[in-house]
Amino acid sequence: MVELSHETRPIIGRGPPLGATFLALAIASIALMVADQRYDQLERVRDGLSAAAYPVQLAVDMPFRIWGRLTGSFADRSRLRSENLELTARLRLANLHLQRFAALEDENRRLRDMRENSAGVAERVLVASILNVDLDPFRHRVLVDKGASDGVFKGQAVLDAEGIFGQVAQVHARTAEVILISDAEHAIPVQSNRSGLRSIAVGTGDSDRLSLPFVTVESDLKAGDLLISTGIGGVFPSGYPIAEVTRVERSAAATFAVVDARPTARLDRDREVLLVWFDPPVPEPDATAATPAEATAPTEAPQAPGTAQ
Amino acid sequence: MRASDFSRRLLYWVSVAIGLVLAIVPLPEWLGPFRPDLALLAVIYWILTSPRIAGLGYAWLAGLFLDVLRGMTLGQHALGFVLVAFLAHRTQLRMRMFPILHQAGAVMVLLAVYHFVLFWTDGLTGHGYTGWDRWLPVLSGALLWPLIAAAGDTLARRAR
Repeated sequence: MVELSHETRPIIGRGPPLGATFLALAIASIALMVADQRYDQLERVRDGLSAAAYPVQLAVDMPFRIWGRLTGSFADRSRLRSENLELTARLRLANLHLQRFAALEDENRRLRDMRENSAGVAERVLVASILNVDLDPFRHRVLVDKGASDGVFKGQAVLDAEGIFGQVAQVHARTAEVILISDAEHAIPVQSNRSGLRSIAVGTGDSDRLSLPFVTVESDLKAGDLLISTGIGGVFPSGYPIAEVTRVERSAAATFAVVDARPTARLDRDREVLLVWFDPPVPEPDATAATPAEATAPTEAPQAPGTAQ
Repeated sequence: MRASDFSRRLLYWVSVAIGLVLAIVPLPEWLGPFRPDLALLAVIYWILTSPRIAGLGYAWLAGLFLDVLRGMTLGQHALGFVLVAFLAHRTQLRMRMFPILHQAGAVMVLLAVYHFVLFWTDGLTGHGYTGWDRWLPVLSGALLWPLIAAAGDTLARRAR
């Protein structure tokens, strides 16, 4: 039981009355929320506050990092050797693929040059590591250790070795918040590698599953298809793997099929990700309606949840 | 101001700050939804024991800092914290007389109010998550309350 002390709430003459303080602070919070949500006026305030939060986040991350370094430096010889062998084998295989890929890339570029259309190939990448900090168990967001001082910008594409990981949702001075493609508020344009069918994949809040709500029952899509990025919208570079279709359910009565896909990126296991800078694809000459501003606007930015249903 | 006032105030600040740090320490995935709101529990505890020291201003600041740490819309946790602190202040004369289980029940109500504020503001700002497990911290916090009260009493007795 909470112990009694001899102090109780003062009744007369110590500061403003409780109700007034409460009202003032409650109104201040609501004003902050409105300003933050509707008008984006609080970048400065948020920057200042997140500079104060940064040391805390680093301190929380530190023990995990030190532990990782310790176990790394005491790794035994045989494990390192087997790892090395495996990596060498993988590199040889990758090089083999790359030889063919280089020729294909050249050919592809020539073809695209003929059509005066740049594909939006990734130009520069920066490795960022994910801080060991839990933001919110119900939102798929992570904090990475690169921020505005490294040139990170809002809406930047984030990849890992296996595919598209997410995009930057908020930039602070030295950190950035990344929203994963599996977050329930995220949607990304996709294209089937086999049939060329285009659609949108939205996150489900489950890191093993994306959902494609706008695929009609007649569409040419089946389990096992690889979904790749299209480059439409200018946020993500085109041609990178996003997910593999795991389930397609068609019922004669429905307009849309139920389609699930599993992200190729290792969303829940990654410790390091790649931040990507690339040239957004130039709009087709006949698409005069699309101004450059629209072409680079993050149309794939978090959508309102209701659109998925 | 007496010396014990100062040490109590320091204890209040430090314990809430520790609660804030623990709010972002990574937990195993299955344990994540159960994470109790330790900072808020510390605020409630100090308001019940020494209301003259634990004011609304610091509670509000703590909530604001939690918003920044978690990258939420600014003001969400701040509103929840200040509302709970206000309710605790208003009911503290009664609440501190309750037997411990009864008190845990009252704390559960306060935590439910807090999570309702978060749920509601989440919905308003378009981040709505409606799963039942978002209410788990209410339960874990109430279950933890007897422990927190005991630990706090030990600390406060030393600081006297």
